[in-house]
Amino acid sequence: MKEQFTISVFTENRIGILSHISIIFTRRHINIDSITASETEAHDIYRYTIVVTETRDMVRKVVKQIEKQIEVFQAYYHTLDEIIYQEIALYKLPIKVIKKGAELEKIMRQHHARILSVEEEFLIVEKSGHKEETQELLEQLEPFGVIEFVRSGRVAIIKPMWRFNESLHEMEKQKQETLV
Amino acid sequence: MKEAVMSKAALSDNSEDYNFFESDKDKGIRITGSEAVVRSLLAEGVNTIFGYPGGAIMPVYDELYKYQDQLHHVLTRHEQGAVHAAQGYARVSGNIGVCIATSGPGATNLITGIADAYIDSTPIVCITGQVGSHLLGTDAFQETDVIGITMPVTKWNIQVTKSEDIPVVFAKAFYIAKSGRPGPVLIDITKDAQFSELNFEYKKCTNIRSYIPIPVIKINKIEEAAEIINNAEKPFVLFGQGVILGKAEEEFKQFIEKGGLPAAWTILGLSALESSHPLNMGMLGMHGNYAPNKLTNECDVLIAVGMRFDDRVTGDVSRYAKQAKIIHIDIDTAEINKIIKATIGIHADVKEALPMLTKLIDKKTHIKWIEEFYKLQQIEDEKIIQNDIFPTQGEITMGEVVHLISEKTDDNAVIVSDVGQHQMITCRYTKFKQSKSNITSGGLGTMGFGLPAAYGAKLAAPDRTVVAIIGDGGFQMTIQELGTILQTKVNLKIVVLNNNFLGMVRQWQEMFFDKRYASTVMDNPDFVAIAQGYGIKSKKIETRDNLSMDIQEMLDYDGAYLLEVIVAKEDNVFPMIPTGSSVAEIRLD
Ligand SMILES: Cc1ncc(C[n+]2csc(CCOP(=O)(O)OP(=O)(O)O)c2C)c(N)n1
Repeated sequence: MKEQFTISVFTENRIGILSHISIIFTRRHINIDSITASETEAHDIYRYTIVVTETRDMVRKVVKQIEKQIEVFQAYYHTLDEIIYQEIALYKLPIKVIKKGAELEKIMRQHHARILSVEEEFLIVEKSGHKEETQELLEQLEPFGVIEFVRSGRVAIIKPMWRFNESLHEMEKQKQETLV
Repeated sequence: MKEAVMSKAALSDNSEDYNFFESDKDKGIRITGSEAVVRSLLAEGVNTIFGYPGGAIMPVYDELYKYQDQLHHVLTRHEQGAVHAAQGYARVSGNIGVCIATSGPGATNLITGIADAYIDSTPIVCITGQVGSHLLGTDAFQETDVIGITMPVTKWNIQVTKSEDIPVVFAKAFYIAKSGRPGPVLIDITKDAQFSELNFEYKKCTNIRSYIPIPVIKINKIEEAAEIINNAEKPFVLFGQGVILGKAEEEFKQFIEKGGLPAAWTILGLSALESSHPLNMGMLGMHGNYAPNKLTNECDVLIAVGMRFDDRVTGDVSRYAKQAKIIHIDIDTAEINKIIKATIGIHADVKEALPMLTKLIDKKTHIKWIEEFYKLQQIEDEKIIQNDIFPTQGEITMGEVVHLISEKTDDNAVIVSDVGQHQMITCRYTKFKQSKSNITSGGLGTMGFGLPAAYGAKLAAPDRTVVAIIGDGGFQMTIQELGTILQTKVNLKIVVLNNNFLGMVRQWQEMFFDKRYASTVMDNPDFVAIAQGYGIKSKKIETRDNLSMDIQEMLDYDGAYLLEVIVAKEDNVFPMIPTGSSVAEIRLD
């Protein structure tokens, strides 16, 4: 059975890592729903968050192949109940929507959205939330004439108390064992 | 986080790891990047490399000229020859093979060999020249994104644009190629990095913080595996190249001997256990032996050691060893549960895991079970093997040639095969006494591999007899490498088994395409004349009468020798597991 998995990959900061990772999905014909990358709290270590809809077995295999990359430290996969996650969406609306201020305000309040910027010809609405939520807002804003819409990839934090740095130290200890 | 996969470690702060691009810039001697390439190779103990020059790698070649007393450069006739030769060199010696090529077409000509080395876990380091760094990405003359192209087929690759990175990159490359599950590494060096100077100081790499080559063994897995083995009535061991790459031949033998465990090999595992060993049950897979394939589906415990369940070994996986508990030992955790679900997966270096297992297993003989192998062997022997290797009439068979070569070299030669029917026959009928003696392209099945891999092997093992056994098709894929043999004067024995067909494809056409021989008939040149044109002694044999003597003459000759043997045109390799069939459905005719 296919379900949604969030894969977190911890890597060195090196050119080409993204290609290395994406090739593994391409080879197996797996569509990446979303992908984000950022620096982590650990100095110089990067984190990719990749969302896919696949069977658990396939995700496990893919994650192992990702971990095989020399510059990948670790990779994990989680189901939705094991993570806290968020996405952000931006909506560009024509400035004339101001005329329907009350109506817009109501929607904005309902969705906990905010106005990020007001320019001469347009304004930008920002909302963070899960995909269904930003999607719902999009649908409600459509009658106002959405000029542009963009949604970010997912960022996700794992629920259990755990620090990447600690697990690095733990594993380094293990690695020393194999050297002696 | 219960499902989290945690198998990689990283380094603690106080470890001696040096940061990737921070070599000590003030220490060492002042030399150019290209000299640093040569000195790095020497620091890694390299004394032979295979390559082909061109514009973007000329500065390095200039240094190779200066260092020719210390570093032997073999000029091949095609870059594919260079990379296969490096593979042959690596496979026989157990060391890293090195090849070098120019940018663009030079680099792309390496790809087949790199892919071959990747799938067959062969440690090689490939060096390519690249256009100047200011031209990168501009479609400059002979610019190819070799990093992008080789990404899926290298264990690691890197582009060097600054000369000072060269020693660190080489140290890392050699460490990665050889450690853990070995594989090919590619270093692409821009021309400006070759020209500019650096302070050269070489320090071998012993650790990379994001990379754990040797896993920590989970003792409980070993204990559980031992218990399963101790309770088994019909245990069966499959072994692959992991035993050879892990230098665990002795440990493996002790393991099967104590447990009384019958064992069969993949073609890359061949020669890890001497052929005459009573527990050696032969070859697995599509054209493997009858007994080990049949009994795969009758054993109660299947113990896979350093192998990866290639589909040529398993046949239909949905009907593969379903009755058995499966223990899978491999150094690459991505292989465990990839194809066949393991009851117990042991992520380990076989050299470490096997003695631990051996200690815990009971001493047994499993005589009755082993009898079953012998019984099936008997059937195969009568129906196939005798006719293959001792025919009394008709055309010469590939089997009798291979059998004679093995016999006359006292089962002690390095045997290199190409790809096709002759490859299967060679693996089936050559006997081995020594490990690292069977060199063939397994995972990729690369025609053209044989000839260059064979002279690479001979250069790595000059004191051993090296025989290349090649089909008339594959021979012509890298026939130009006769020129390399001419120039290096290697004493290589080449046997071309000529059936005037792309035999293996023809066999499939006969069996599955109603004999429609689409593009498999070969109009061949005069191979003897070609060899002689390259100054290589050569002879063609068409009848059985002098076969034995002629093979002897070839082996006795002091120098390279090409023997062309005209073999049966439309012979088939049996047994065979047709694609989509289960191992138990192996056909004897
Ligand atoms: C580079 C490459 N191209 C095509 C194939 C497909 N192929 C596999 S075996 C074979 C025929 C080999 O013929 P030959 O070298 O004469 O050996 P034989 O089978 O007759 O022993 C072919 C074409 C391959 N393995 N490698």
